[in-house]
Amino acid sequence: MEFGLTASQQLLKDNARKFFAGECPMDKVRHLMEADTAYDDTLWADMTDQGYTGIIFPEEFGGVGLGNVELILLMEEAGRALLPGPFFSTVVLAGAVIDCVASAALRQKYLTRICSGDARSTIAMLEANGSWDPVDVRIATLNGRLVGEKLFVPDAQVADFIVVVARDGIFVAEAKAPGIDIQLMKTLDLTRKLYTVRFNNTPVERLGNVTGLARALDVASTALAAEMVGGMQRTLDVTVEYAKMRKQFGKPIGMFQAVQHQCADMYLETESARSAVYYAAWALEENMPDAAVAVSIAKMYASDAARTVGNRGIQIHGGMGFTWESDLHLYYRRAKASETTFGDSTYHRERIARLVFDAGIASSQSA
Amino acid sequence: MDLNLSPEEKQFRDELRVWLDANAPADWHEWREKPLEESFPYLRAWQRKLDEGRWAAVAWPKEYGGRSATLTQQAIFWEEMARAQAPPMANSLGLGLIGPTIIVHGTEAQKKRFVPKILSAEEIWCQGFSEPNAGSDLASLQTQARLEGDHYVVNGQKVWTSYGWVGDWCELVVRTDSSADKHKGLTVLLVDMKSPGVEVRPLRQMTGESEFNEIFFRDVRVPAENVLGPVNGGWDVAISTLMYERGSYGARLHLIFKRNIDRLIQLSHVFQKAGQPAVRDPLVRQKLAQCYAEIEIMRWNQLRAFSRISATGVPGPEGSIQKIFWSELNQRLQQVAQELLGPYGQLVAGDIRAVDNGFWPYGYLRSRGNTIEAGTSEVQRNIIGHFVLGLPRSY
Repeated sequence: MEFGLTASQQLLKDNARKFFAGECPMDKVRHLMEADTAYDDTLWADMTDQGYTGIIFPEEFGGVGLGNVELILLMEEAGRALLPGPFFSTVVLAGAVIDCVASAALRQKYLTRICSGDARSTIAMLEANGSWDPVDVRIATLNGRLVGEKLFVPDAQVADFIVVVARDGIFVAEAKAPGIDIQLMKTLDLTRKLYTVRFNNTPVERLGNVTGLARALDVASTALAAEMVGGMQRTLDVTVEYAKMRKQFGKPIGMFQAVQHQCADMYLETESARSAVYYAAWALEENMPDAAVAVSIAKMYASDAARTVGNRGIQIHGGMGFTWESDLHLYYRRAKASETTFGDSTYHRERIARLVFDAGIASSQSA
Repeated sequence: MDLNLSPEEKQFRDELRVWLDANAPADWHEWREKPLEESFPYLRAWQRKLDEGRWAAVAWPKEYGGRSATLTQQAIFWEEMARAQAPPMANSLGLGLIGPTIIVHGTEAQKKRFVPKILSAEEIWCQGFSEPNAGSDLASLQTQARLEGDHYVVNGQKVWTSYGWVGDWCELVVRTDSSADKHKGLTVLLVDMKSPGVEVRPLRQMTGESEFNEIFFRDVRVPAENVLGPVNGGWDVAISTLMYERGSYGARLHLIFKRNIDRLIQLSHVFQKAGQPAVRDPLVRQKLAQCYAEIEIMRWNQLRAFSRISATGVPGPEGSIQKIFWSELNQRLQQVAQELLGPYGQLVAGDIRAVDNGFWPYGYLRSRGNTIEAGTSEVQRNIIGHFVLGLPRSY
């Protein structure tokens, strides 16, 4: 049993950290977040060259064929860099759903475009009721066409095709198809744009059944939780550096236990979230019986921890932490948006209760 | 990353399973509720049996009677012990903390003299660390030892000593140089508890039991050959014992917590909330799910720590995370249990309506000590702040 990273996993993570530090530093993040789409062609092409757009997809579609564990390591580093743009929506949302629900021919058709970097994509799931439970989806096709509205669709403006969750299945709409209207929603997280997508008799292609969605959402939730861990780690690192450097009463504030103990708690929360995310990714990869429970534990814990770590980080920075100039609020905004995405901690505690107390799924065992 | 058991780990588990099937006592349930004073001979006999099968201290090096088990194998050991509902071992401090410290810091003569009898439970060990005026600030301890010829003469008082009442030997930290810096004048002595001048008194704690003792030393003579590690170098020896305390304990605790949450989930189907089983109540579900999740994370934190530690060989400051995590989690779990049981939560052992023979009100009180014993939460946060995050020392 080995819960550490293999040499190649560590290499992938280190390389990703270097790549994002070089190609997507904070001034670039701030520049991109001012744009409507938060998207940059050059950055996308560079990420494609790194193999990131195909990281979890089979080599036959031009992917790299790595697993969930590698995906979450990449997402952790993307979260640390606060990577803006459609990587998450394309690879982890649309890509994972297509990979989980579609036939070989359809996977070939769409995943090839994603792996090659030619297409960006997203998933349209939420509706006016705001529910993350697929049973609350109302939109449905009639004669292969969609009518209705989806909300909170990430990065829809730069998507070349949109995966749509409907009551009667999972479908794909080309962005240029007739009857699609995309409008920016004004939201808290400036680095990940959300849109309304209206379908007015839009022709769509059927990908597969809604039943395949659960696993794809588990993959995506774990990846999002990993991204949150990266954000927590960056917030912790920045805060500890600040606490060593900032002096009041003639001493570094990190010498005061009221400050030091908050840093210790940030560390404990970040590490615990990371343990939960790594375990969930591995359990999904291995199809362990407790995989779904592990995913909910990871998303639940990360949702609360990311908010708490952000609170502590800003508090320790004092007045400086409350300025626009400080990067902390950008992470704080992302943490809030991610907290609600795929269900907050309350949603996932109820899911754990359903899976464990009602259905009696056993907890993890090493044997 | 691969959390499946390796072939070696499977083989270790299977060998242990076969041994436990053949040797674990079937009558432990008749003993487990009895006071430790009564069950202690039983636990000694069980440890002797484990030692005969070379299972008493799997973590120890092979040449000292262990199996050089990896941390994962140690976790497997405790899981299998729990699965077989096997009793704990009598000499738990000797096996977990003091034996390993002697193996690392002791002379060949000391190892030969003490280690085999720790394993066989022939000699039970206790730890003389805390004093009335030296708790978190352990290095300020005042128990004195002065060299007279080939003996040290010890005077002072220790407190919060587990197993003091049954201890044959004590790992005692004393001050041997009062003029030196407080960390530099300490020495560890291995003290025979039957020496003249040693007096052990029970310390009654808020649960009503006496798990711990006070020990008084009045002109107690300890042969100089019983110094463990360097004279005036006792701080590092003591710290290595404390690191073992934080490092190895978690795997066993997880199993206890797991059993407790599983029992609470069972009880939530039985106890009522607003006219329906409590398990249907949304708030109860939320609180139980939070505890369930954190108990799982506790295990995953430990497994990750194992992988880190196996690179370095010794537990490091990251053990402080585990200590904070489990102690605060247990306090929350006990509060959730109280809320679930309502008025029944206050019925202690002996009341005919007590749930689980009063385990829950006992657990509620006992968990209050968790964030204090084995290094307070405040000390653990200091350790993380300074030794892990590199923040300047606050004290």
